[in-house]
Amino acid sequence: MDALYLMFVDPFVQMADAPDFFLQVLWEGLVSGVLYALIALGFVLIFKSSRIFNFAQGIMVVFAALTLVGLYEMGLPAWVSVGVTLLVMYGLAMCVERVVLRPLVGQPDIILFMASIGVTMFLIGFGEFVFGGENKVMITEALGIPTGAIELNPFDGFVLIEEKDLTAVIMAVLLVLGLLLFLNKTAMGRAIRALGDDPQAALSVGISLSQIWVLVWFIAGVIALATGIVWGARAGVSFALEVIAYKALPVLMLGGLESVAGAIIGGIAIGLLEKIFEIYWGQPLLGGNTETWFAFILALVVLLFRPQGLFGERIIERV
Amino acid sequence: MFYRVSGQFKTSYESDMALFPIRQDAVLLGVILLAMYVVFPLFASEFTFKALLVPVMIYSLAAMGLNILTGFAGQLSLGTAGFMGVGAYACYKLTTIFPEMNVVVALLLSGCFSAMVGVAFGLPSLRIKGFYLAIATLASQFFLVWLFEKWAWLYNYNASGAIEVRTMDFFGLVVTGPTAAPVTQYYFVLVIVSLITFCMINLTRGRYGRLWKAVRDMDIAAELVGINLMRAKLSAFAVSSYVVGVAGAMLVFFWKGAAEPNLFDIPLSFQVLFIAIIGGLGSILGNFLGAILIVALPVLLNFVPGLIGVEVNSATLEHVNVMVVGALIVGFLIAEPHGLARLWALIREKLIIWPFPH
Repeated sequence: MDALYLMFVDPFVQMADAPDFFLQVLWEGLVSGVLYALIALGFVLIFKSSRIFNFAQGIMVVFAALTLVGLYEMGLPAWVSVGVTLLVMYGLAMCVERVVLRPLVGQPDIILFMASIGVTMFLIGFGEFVFGGENKVMITEALGIPTGAIELNPFDGFVLIEEKDLTAVIMAVLLVLGLLLFLNKTAMGRAIRALGDDPQAALSVGISLSQIWVLVWFIAGVIALATGIVWGARAGVSFALEVIAYKALPVLMLGGLESVAGAIIGGIAIGLLEKIFEIYWGQPLLGGNTETWFAFILALVVLLFRPQGLFGERIIERV
Repeated sequence: MFYRVSGQFKTSYESDMALFPIRQDAVLLGVILLAMYVVFPLFASEFTFKALLVPVMIYSLAAMGLNILTGFAGQLSLGTAGFMGVGAYACYKLTTIFPEMNVVVALLLSGCFSAMVGVAFGLPSLRIKGFYLAIATLASQFFLVWLFEKWAWLYNYNASGAIEVRTMDFFGLVVTGPTAAPVTQYYFVLVIVSLITFCMINLTRGRYGRLWKAVRDMDIAAELVGINLMRAKLSAFAVSSYVVGVAGAMLVFFWKGAAEPNLFDIPLSFQVLFIAIIGGLGSILGNFLGAILIVALPVLLNFVPGLIGVEVNSATLEHVNVMVVGALIVGFLIAEPHGLARLWALIREKLIIWPFPH
């Protein structure tokens, strides 16, 4: 009985007892959820337009953040470093398209997936070789990101909202809105979606595969830079950031591999739920650190009922 | 010239389907086995055993297990290291609960535990396919590693949280622990790997192998011709996890000597997956070729700067190593997406018709 009480009653009693703490947990979950959603968005874009399961998205986040900090340390002004980093990401997109993707057009999915892991390893080695393997601090102040904290007092309690987290959320919302506008309203965006729907039909009406691929990888790079800045501001810039890339995978499963909306909703849902589970069930009952696997198990359970994820395209199989 | 097949006539279906339809194949394998069993132990140094031969064997076995699942049955798995961990921890628990148990028996039994866990995590494969399944197997990966850390019973409440292999003997011969001679351990690994390889070759040529291949090529079509998908997929998960589990147990018992939970973290999964893919999916030989490339290459790369007379500090060298391996993976995928096994098949065909081009 005790175990049942601890599992099914006690957590909710705690939530009701300390609503301000619960709100704080929700906020923390929301912020990490937004960041998961951003990374998942990079995956979704590339998967939609080229059917490549791009494992390198996570390392692109680290690489972009490292480049930014590295350039700033070399003496460039902060905003110039951002510009140069964007150029580097563009160069990276071109190289990936030219060297890796073009020779592998038409290969089975798993080969392209492996190639993206190869790119990941190369970028890890390259990043460490150029910028060194030690941890770095994100240049939060130089970029004008506020670092203070806002105190709120709901329910006579106390909730602390860090301004950099707030910036992260606002930035993510703007980025997603911009991306949705781009995908739905511009010719280039429509071309990306056309390529995702039917590559051969898209090619036959004159959409350039290689141009779109460079573009998509560049957008993924921009998203990576944005994610790198805001996540780096929270946790520092190091190759440990790469593990958050794994977090984007259950988000993708939950939301569906092709769905932009799925990535966002899935990301936020996973961010919130894993935080709540960790605080109220994981730490008291299971010894903590459940965040490493909770999202995966959750996504697995959802997939058992909807094999294409919540918002993915319906899988139609023919013999 | 070396592969002249003239004069080797097949007079029955059995001889055409034999394991070695061409005599030279058998001779070549004999030479390789002779080298492995006699020549290497005579000449190899302790470093060669520890850094090259034993790791290559163990990684080949792990990749073979994965290849059964991914290459033969078409179920992409990213959770290999987790199952290796189950094998290792099961073996550790078996040898501590039953101290008088023979180490080889424990090793082979521990595979059964990872097979059970593999079947449990393989159940979703009946509904989930492709990349969704790949990510689902990551669930097992992260969950199992977390379990190895948090479940203190698994590592006997050790303060360090790691498992350490004590000294054990096999009929008087010390085979595990710090005092074991590398050459004894090498022989143990070699015999077990040869045995399992022999079983796997025949298994994949037989009824189950054909079931798996049918499911891989198109599972709906396989189901329509009357193949029981559940049995085919779950048997692939069971056999694969068994082999992977034994490889994991050997990794700890005959090579590392001790293991922390993070040894079985995701980089190990990827390394094994690389070996299987670079070597060639759907081939047994490929795993060995892939393991030689992926495991031996970084070790050999360490000697390159010394050879060309450049002084490089070890950190830089490691970074360059990772970079080179990454680039090589991409390069190999572009050059031969079907892996090294296909490369060998092409060379062999050329040798058979040599010196004629066609």
